[in-house]
Amino acid sequence: MSIDIYVPRDSGALSLGAEATAQAIAKEAQARSLEVRVIRNGSRGMYWLEPLVEVVTPMGRVAYGPVQASDVPGLFDAAFHTGGKHALAHGVTDELPFLKTQQRLTFERVGVTDPVSVADYVAHGGYQGLKQSLKMTQAEVVQAITDSGLRGRGGAAFPTGIKWKTVLDQKAAQKYVTCNADEGDSGTFADRMLMEGDPLMLVEGMTIAGLAVGATQGYIYLRCEYPHAFKVLNEAIAAAYQTRYLGADVMGSGRRFDLEVRLGAGAYICGEETSMLESLEGKRGEVRVRPPLPAIKGLFGQPTIVNNVITLASVPVVLARGATFYRDFGTGKSRGTLPIQLAGNIKHGGLVERAFGLTLKELLYDYGGGSATGRPLRAVQVGGPLGAYIPASQFDVAVDYEALSGIGALLGHGGIVAFDDTVDMAKMARYALEFCAVESCGKCTPCRIGSTRGVEVMDRIIQGVETERNVRLLEDLCETMLQGSLCGLGGMTPFPVTSALKHFSEDFRSRSRDH
Amino acid sequence: MQQPLAPAQRDAVLRVVAANRSRPGALIEILHAVQAELGFIPAAAVPVLAEELNLSRAEVHGVVTFYHYFRHTPPGRQIVRVCQAESCQAMGAEALTEHVKQRLGVDFHETTADGQFTLEPVYCLGNCACSPAVMKDEEICGRVTPHRFDELLAQWRRKS
Repeated sequence: MSIDIYVPRDSGALSLGAEATAQAIAKEAQARSLEVRVIRNGSRGMYWLEPLVEVVTPMGRVAYGPVQASDVPGLFDAAFHTGGKHALAHGVTDELPFLKTQQRLTFERVGVTDPVSVADYVAHGGYQGLKQSLKMTQAEVVQAITDSGLRGRGGAAFPTGIKWKTVLDQKAAQKYVTCNADEGDSGTFADRMLMEGDPLMLVEGMTIAGLAVGATQGYIYLRCEYPHAFKVLNEAIAAAYQTRYLGADVMGSGRRFDLEVRLGAGAYICGEETSMLESLEGKRGEVRVRPPLPAIKGLFGQPTIVNNVITLASVPVVLARGATFYRDFGTGKSRGTLPIQLAGNIKHGGLVERAFGLTLKELLYDYGGGSATGRPLRAVQVGGPLGAYIPASQFDVAVDYEALSGIGALLGHGGIVAFDDTVDMAKMARYALEFCAVESCGKCTPCRIGSTRGVEVMDRIIQGVETERNVRLLEDLCETMLQGSLCGLGGMTPFPVTSALKHFSEDFRSRSRDH
Repeated sequence: MQQPLAPAQRDAVLRVVAANRSRPGALIEILHAVQAELGFIPAAAVPVLAEELNLSRAEVHGVVTFYHYFRHTPPGRQIVRVCQAESCQAMGAEALTEHVKQRLGVDFHETTADGQFTLEPVYCLGNCACSPAVMKDEEICGRVTPHRFDELLAQWRRKS
């Protein structure tokens, strides 16, 4: 009887040797005349265990990890292919506390299925959302999204249903659905995991969106730093075309939806929606002045949905199980679940999908297990390079849109980067400004010039030169960038800088050489 | 003085244009394909692309120079990118970067004397739960300590 063994093809797993592990398993099985089928899945999001190998047994899928190629002969000796005991064994995967306590809706299939198999996708509940939506009118589909309370998961948290309704209400010969997959924020990898682990869910979400607003063409704008996601997406799209889930006659409905992946070229700013549209048009990724909104005048001047990967991938669940089902997760205005990414100096880095409302402390210690280095955690940055630094004294804050904004922070795309007590927060503030200088599109002055001047001011503070005067100058500069920039890059770069200054003032002032 | 395009380079550029001309907003796709063929975007390709796509030279030049990924000079045979973003910094990217520069004997944006490696910074590879991260061409590597980098480097040298 053939044995099914799962070895991830997720970038994170590959970065730790999953390819060699998969090859070693196939080779060793052959040498032992065992009939083994190696299936390349996504990651379960427990990166301290990657490469995480799972064996299908009568008890369920049993986890072994981290498995290096050199561990493979020993695993076969221990009969791991029948779930045998071994030092690397962790028991049934779904029973691991890190996974068992999660509420995975968007990531339900990630790490479970073969990402590019339509049959596997459908067998695990895929395409139920699209099927439902085909029984509804366009307005009903849009209303369901509105009722679900789904907000843009890219960072801006704009209600998705309102955006869709605007596009639906436009009269135009051509409309577009675009997916912003330019996930450039440090500490975030949920988009990548989803595109590598369950790309068909994104394809389905975009198809539902397209049919709902009358758009026949979709584009996924993917950052070029994700070559593996590019491959998986293209394989999944080809499989969807073959099985007629994409193309001229989506699921026999007689309606068309085409989908294509376009690669970015290493510009962080292209994660800003209007800059992304410019880039999709083949131009410099300079931000546009709004209005008009992309929903009215977007790609090639036509009405366009711009949504993040996780937003679009949440759509099939809303349609398949109903708006109320989705809405019942979460609190206040933060409805549904949020895929949180634990990164940086953290023992158990990975993906945690839960309803909104968990505290930072629960995430960092209960899931994350504290720092990787074993030292005390001193600060976390939530929401990418434009997100505020939060000190340990505020780790009780709930991770939702409103609670974070209440302490002057932001949720962004749900990435949390942890730092231990060796971090130099003045250097981190300098880095935020340097990053802005490297990535500024150059269109507006506060961002283009302000970031460069900010680096110079930070250099003087770090050297201890005229500290108080330079701190005042830094605050003034941050205020100018905040008020005067055209988009979030210049407008939000002050958040990490001023939060570092506010909560970790000693890192700035103790270097002073003024007497 | 700008080097003229070699006939083979010109053929490659024209081939890429022909294959992509009908796609809307294709310039960036075309530049990706040119770079995949030639390793970089030669300055002399700009007027050719402008002419073929009915754009101004300024427009093409503007796009080529806007994006960090597009190269203006030929790279080494392998490109090593070391992540500089916050998550990797939290796990020692600064010390790793110094180590890599010292081992290769080059700074960022430079190529080793033997033409083997070009070193580039990168701002997030989406591998933040396995920081610090490095990418060699399309091969991604996680939890890269200086020691692990030396092992990887030895492998890469052997392969080429």
